[in-house]
Amino acid sequence: MSADQIISQYPAEYAKFADALPGQSVAWLRLLRQDAAQQFSAHGFPSLREEAWRYTNVSAIEKKLFSPATSTEIGAIDIDSLNQHLLADAWSVVLVDGHFSASLSMLDGVPDSVTVMNMANALEQKAELLESYFSQAVAAKEHGFVAFNTAWFSDGLFLHVPAKQVLTRPIQILHVVTQAGFMANTRDIIVLEESAEAKVLETFVGCEEAYCSAAVMEVSLAQNADLTLYKLQMEGEKAYHFGGTYVKQARDSRFTHHNFAFGGLLARNDIHTDLNQAAECDLNGLYLGVKRQHIDNHTRINHLQPHAISHELYKGVLNQRAKGVFQGRVLVAEQAQKTDSMMNNRNLLLSDDAEVDTKPQLEIYADDVKCAHGVTVGQLDEQSIFYLQSRCVDKQTARNMLTFAFANEMVEKIKLADLHDQVLEQLLIRFPQVGIQHNWL
Amino acid sequence: MLSIENLHVNVGDKPILKGLNLQIKAGEVHAIMGPNGAGKSTLSHVLSGKSGYTVTAGNVTYQGENLLDLEPDERARKGVFLAFQYPVEIPGVSNIYLMKAALNAIRKHKGLPEVDAMDFLTLVKDKVKLLEMDEKFLYRSVNEGFSGGEKKRNEILQAAILEPSLCILDETDSGLDIDALKVVAAGVNSLRAEDRSFLMITHYQRLLDYIKPDIVHVLADGKIVKSGGPELALELEAKGYRWVEEQVA
Ligand SMILES: Nc1ncnc2c1ncn2[C@@H]1O[C@H](COP(=O)(O)OP(=O)(O)OP(=O)(O)O)[C@@H](O)[C@H]1O
Ligand SMILES: [Mg+2]
Repeated sequence: MSADQIISQYPAEYAKFADALPGQSVAWLRLLRQDAAQQFSAHGFPSLREEAWRYTNVSAIEKKLFSPATSTEIGAIDIDSLNQHLLADAWSVVLVDGHFSASLSMLDGVPDSVTVMNMANALEQKAELLESYFSQAVAAKEHGFVAFNTAWFSDGLFLHVPAKQVLTRPIQILHVVTQAGFMANTRDIIVLEESAEAKVLETFVGCEEAYCSAAVMEVSLAQNADLTLYKLQMEGEKAYHFGGTYVKQARDSRFTHHNFAFGGLLARNDIHTDLNQAAECDLNGLYLGVKRQHIDNHTRINHLQPHAISHELYKGVLNQRAKGVFQGRVLVAEQAQKTDSMMNNRNLLLSDDAEVDTKPQLEIYADDVKCAHGVTVGQLDEQSIFYLQSRCVDKQTARNMLTFAFANEMVEKIKLADLHDQVLEQLLIRFPQVGIQHNWL
Repeated sequence: MLSIENLHVNVGDKPILKGLNLQIKAGEVHAIMGPNGAGKSTLSHVLSGKSGYTVTAGNVTYQGENLLDLEPDERARKGVFLAFQYPVEIPGVSNIYLMKAALNAIRKHKGLPEVDAMDFLTLVKDKVKLLEMDEKFLYRSVNEGFSGGEKKRNEILQAAILEPSLCILDETDSGLDIDALKVVAAGVNSLRAEDRSFLMITHYQRLLDYIKPDIVHVLADGKIVKSGGPELALELEAKGYRWVEEQVA
């Protein structure tokens, strides 16, 4: 046995529940699951030796052995507190401990031509359609979380929007984990056919005890399709979160992502997109860390064809002993001439013990491109604090105002009014907001 | 209103103000002129409480209180206002938010309730008109992307709303064309009152054509080296600072 080999306790534990997994009668999925389980058994969860994971140690997940919830165990959820996370005017799919809850979800009035259903159901009704999208944007060999997810996901969302259809309402996936020691493993597939448009929100919440929430999403955008994806991660304080969003963008398609990482003890986001000709992606992120939170964002943008545009801005605010990680990779293939790419990562450290590792990486193989990147790590600007003080604002409020202003730039980009207010409220709750007058904003 | 006695200030080990004396009575307008690097902005910063300066000797009394003991924001709430030579840009904080925060902080200090939202809007729009600004500036981030002249107007707009007792203008006229200068001067003149004093730092006699000072001082090498009436400014303009420095030496 080589030193690299890992003996994970997970495969044996999860094998017990294999019969209850959705899609066991679907041959192609059974094969995918088998391969992925083998992959995971061989390599386990990602280790610090992997370049993409060198700043984030997930060994605690291996030690804790989080178990899957079977749908029959779903119990105590406070419906009222759930409702406050639901957007007023959205169609919603609610996943409780990784299982679809029809009674909590709202799908009335979805046009017949559009498919919005939970993954378990979709694997019964639409297995053939799903086959061409499953494990296409990301493969099990990507890393341990994707392998694990492929092998043992319990449910998720399938959204299919036909050509030229524009969804009139946003679709919200609400992930809730209700019990200590649970692991929710969900898989989402989003397909927008030619010139289709949709807005999707993923919300993650959970109980105050330790649990794990892992969601892998594959997105396929056909020619000229347009997806705006919001992610609002508000996991409980002791939670482990992994979220992977893997996008394939056909010619002229547009992908806008707003990634708000607020919760969890340890949270990791992977956002990868492949850009074909003249496709455009706009990646926005805001991570707020307090106490001992560790928040890692890993983005990869592949410019595969000419004329594609990528804009990326990630901002982090880290207080107390929190740690942030930003790894942003941009790859420009040899034939991807006229690429226009801009990547920025700005960090505000509010305490001496807060920390950030930021690593932008540009790999450019084409010669006629416009690529820029910038990174800042800093404290609040003393000149600005003095200016505000000279305008009667006390020092602490001045600091709070500047911190708020720094983060609020990302909140202001949200185009859904209801969501904007939700995120603004989270920002005000989570960060030193004393002296900030909500009603003056 | 303000009494400065024998003020010595260092930046690090370097003495900048070297025994400065200045008395300003309520209602008076004082102008300070002087060569670059004389210590004019240093004086304005020390009066408003900016960190990074060490007072090694001397006293500053403002309305009977030791000004140097107060935090910058306390001074501001008690009526000391500095219009900056180089106003700072604050992305993400709207102009109107800051003015409301400032005005309410002053009102709280005076034991008054928060300003009524409608009254505030009326007040602000009134002053915006006085300074011939576009209302759009209210909703933009403080000074962000403003031109030099717009920043200076914005400083005076804030003064007009906060109604300070001691208004320190650090080169508010620099970089303004004549039309903008007239507007800014009108804004300042509208603020003149028996219980309000002004300390105007300037390089240009032109400003004093529009805002009549009671007393003109020359600050050179960290001290007030000469004081006189408005005619001193004209004389300075004709003969240059060398003339004063030679006289003193
Ligand atoms: N933070 C600092 N560190 C070092 N030296 C400083 C600092 N601030 C001011 N000084 C020095 O103090 C002196 C006075 O500067 P100050 O800005 O007060 O001059 P000023 O009279 O306002 O000049 P100007 O007319 O150019 O505005 C200058 O020699 C300047 O270089
Ligand atoms: Mg100066």
